[in-house]
Amino acid sequence: MSFRIALVTALAVVGAVQESAFAASAEHGKAAFMQHGCWQCHGTMGQGSIMTSGGKRLAPDPLPWEAFSAFVRSSNRSMPPFSETILSDSDLADIYAYLQSIPKPPDPNSIPLLKQ
Amino acid sequence: MARVRARLNRRKFLAGVALTGAASAQLPIDKASASAPMIPAAPRPSALRPTAAIAAAETGTPQVSVQSGGMPSSDFMLDVIKSLDIDYVPCNPAQSFRGLHESLIDYGGNKKPEILTCTHEESSVAMAHGYFKIAGKPLLVPCHGTVGLQHAAMAIYNAWCDRVPVILIGGTDLDASKRPPGVPTFHSAQDINALVRDFTKWDDTPVSLQHFAQSFVRAYKMAMTPPHEPVIIALDCAMQEETLRDRSKLKIPRYVPTAPPQGDMNAVREAARLLAAAERPLIIADKYARTPEGVKLLVQLAETLQAPVIDQKSRMNFPNTHHLFQNSDGQALLKNADVVLGLDLSDYWGTVNGYIDNGELDGAGLQESHIKPNTKLISISSVTLNTKANYQDFQRLQVVDIEMAGDAQATLPALIEAVKQALPANRAAAIDARAAAMKKAWDDGRARTRAAATYAWDASPIGTARLSMEVYAQVKDLDWSSVGGDRQLSYWVSRLWPMDKHYHHIGGPGGFGVGYNAPAAVGAALANRALGRFSVNFQPDGDLMFGPGVLWTAVKHGIPLLSVMHNNRGYHQESMHLQRISSRRDRVASMGKDIAAIGTRLENPTIDYAKLASSMGMWSAGPITDPNELAPALKKAVQVVKAGEPALVDVVTQPR
Repeated sequence: MSFRIALVTALAVVGAVQESAFAASAEHGKAAFMQHGCWQCHGTMGQGSIMTSGGKRLAPDPLPWEAFSAFVRSSNRSMPPFSETILSDSDLADIYAYLQSIPKPPDPNSIPLLKQ
Repeated sequence: MARVRARLNRRKFLAGVALTGAASAQLPIDKASASAPMIPAAPRPSALRPTAAIAAAETGTPQVSVQSGGMPSSDFMLDVIKSLDIDYVPCNPAQSFRGLHESLIDYGGNKKPEILTCTHEESSVAMAHGYFKIAGKPLLVPCHGTVGLQHAAMAIYNAWCDRVPVILIGGTDLDASKRPPGVPTFHSAQDINALVRDFTKWDDTPVSLQHFAQSFVRAYKMAMTPPHEPVIIALDCAMQEETLRDRSKLKIPRYVPTAPPQGDMNAVREAARLLAAAERPLIIADKYARTPEGVKLLVQLAETLQAPVIDQKSRMNFPNTHHLFQNSDGQALLKNADVVLGLDLSDYWGTVNGYIDNGELDGAGLQESHIKPNTKLISISSVTLNTKANYQDFQRLQVVDIEMAGDAQATLPALIEAVKQALPANRAAAIDARAAAMKKAWDDGRARTRAAATYAWDASPIGTARLSMEVYAQVKDLDWSSVGGDRQLSYWVSRLWPMDKHYHHIGGPGGFGVGYNAPAAVGAALANRALGRFSVNFQPDGDLMFGPGVLWTAVKHGIPLLSVMHNNRGYHQESMHLQRISSRRDRVASMGKDIAAIGTRLENPTIDYAKLASSMGMWSAGPITDPNELAPALKKAVQVVKAGEPALVDVVTQPR
């Protein structure tokens, strides 16, 4: 499947998922984030790593839903695409809700250990 | 092999033991028979205690070393070894070098070198690996020539890839007609060195004592000539044990260090011309700084050009406190560079190209250049002096414009002078402007790094940035040395701790052989002990489980080392690989009862590393899952280590 076809396919499901996203469960999303292995490269709080996610963070302030879901469904980078066969629209929406629920980190200047 | 062997030898000794053993086996039965009944009335131990005579015969020092009219040959071998100022002999004991072993403890007094008892040959070699990275001196590692060398092989490969010298001795029985029956006979080999020949610099099998003296000094000399590499001497067991009648006829060659190979001067001048004329030069260092002098030289070159430096962290090549340290801006600098100088890069291709493991291009993966088409590439590397045959320590072939086969550190003084001569006077203003830009970039990069560290700051499992700074808070006022790799901690230690000394960071295994970190850290801590430094090691869990016995070695020999477990409960890199390949195949990786693919996790049951360490006599704490509980435990552990003992704190961590 080429990237373009994959993207079109992914965008086609966005509408349906968008609706379910409103009812998404952050709590279940956290469980899904672990079950589907997202934590392995992105950390359990989406903090990322320069070793495993190119330093990119998923949370807080995740990408807009459209871009996020399209990337998950059609990535051709180091992260493999997750099709609906292995990650349902509902679970993906819940994962997004979990990422949205992660609070902002503290200011580095408020952390004494980072001022050493 | 024209030599006379002592005939009062181990064959007679072993024969005697065998007869005594046979007698001992018979003795209890005879006694029982004599006193009938055959079945004892009361419960008896399942194994009867040996008599004092039997115990002495089976466990005592063989009397073959008592020789008249001469000295044990292995005593002379030790004289040769002592001439090279070797500090320690980490080893797991083996019959095939028992002659040398006995000389080390009874003739040499177990001093300089001192034996360190190891529970695995892989640990012995990796300890020598870590020791060299701090002390700059190789250790002697004897091992049994067949099975022991097989245990040692992976660690030897790591040392070879990491340009680290280790002086190996493999005990062997050369004369098949004189091999004692049992293990030495049916588990022998004609050429034990063949097993590791591809990843050792040189090997030999001496057949006389003078031959040994020459070859041992030669082996040491070759190992210590950059590129540093392991060497091995196959040492005949019988030759160790024969009697040397006339010591005066033997000579020990004097060791004179060999000057390291320097890059060709014409190439140096051409490289200097390119660097001096560059608008956006970039220096990248990997296995570059062999000594503290290497760090100073690189600072000098970088300051002369005001060129940014990327340190790939196989060594502490460049102070991260210097404004020209620009790892955080590395990709942008590489993309814009017009001249790149690579110093002992293991992987030049991987440095200037990107690779996406996505199965595209019939499985080859996507490849993307990270440099401009006209960027000039310069390389100074000893890798072409190193590779011999089958095994390799390089990656895809990168075409470069100027390539020098030589040791980068040895070449830098000439390159610095050539750059100074090549710099036109009208470049001064441009170079000053570069300095100002780099200072601002360093400040910005530092701010980004500190901000990045705050994410998952309060997480449980504990974040690796938080962990690294909790440890730093406890050791920052000490003369600390980080003796483990921090790659698996997302490099947080070398990103956040101020590192300006050669011993602040010693890099990783070189060959990515898991099982290196724990023993190398113990070896490095041993070297630091003599220098009064505080050694700290972030210890991956999977790595420790390859050879946890080295914790006991650290306790046994009083080696002060703070080990902080990076306990992510799995072989995490492999978890990610399985995730990637299963998703690519549109399947869900089977996890069983674990939280990642079957076969990649160290859970169900979890491993209690504090108990593991404690069982070997080491002070320990944990497992700790709440980041707020780190400081008190670490504080206690630091006190233990400052008192001269090792300590371990088990911390349940984020994956990376």
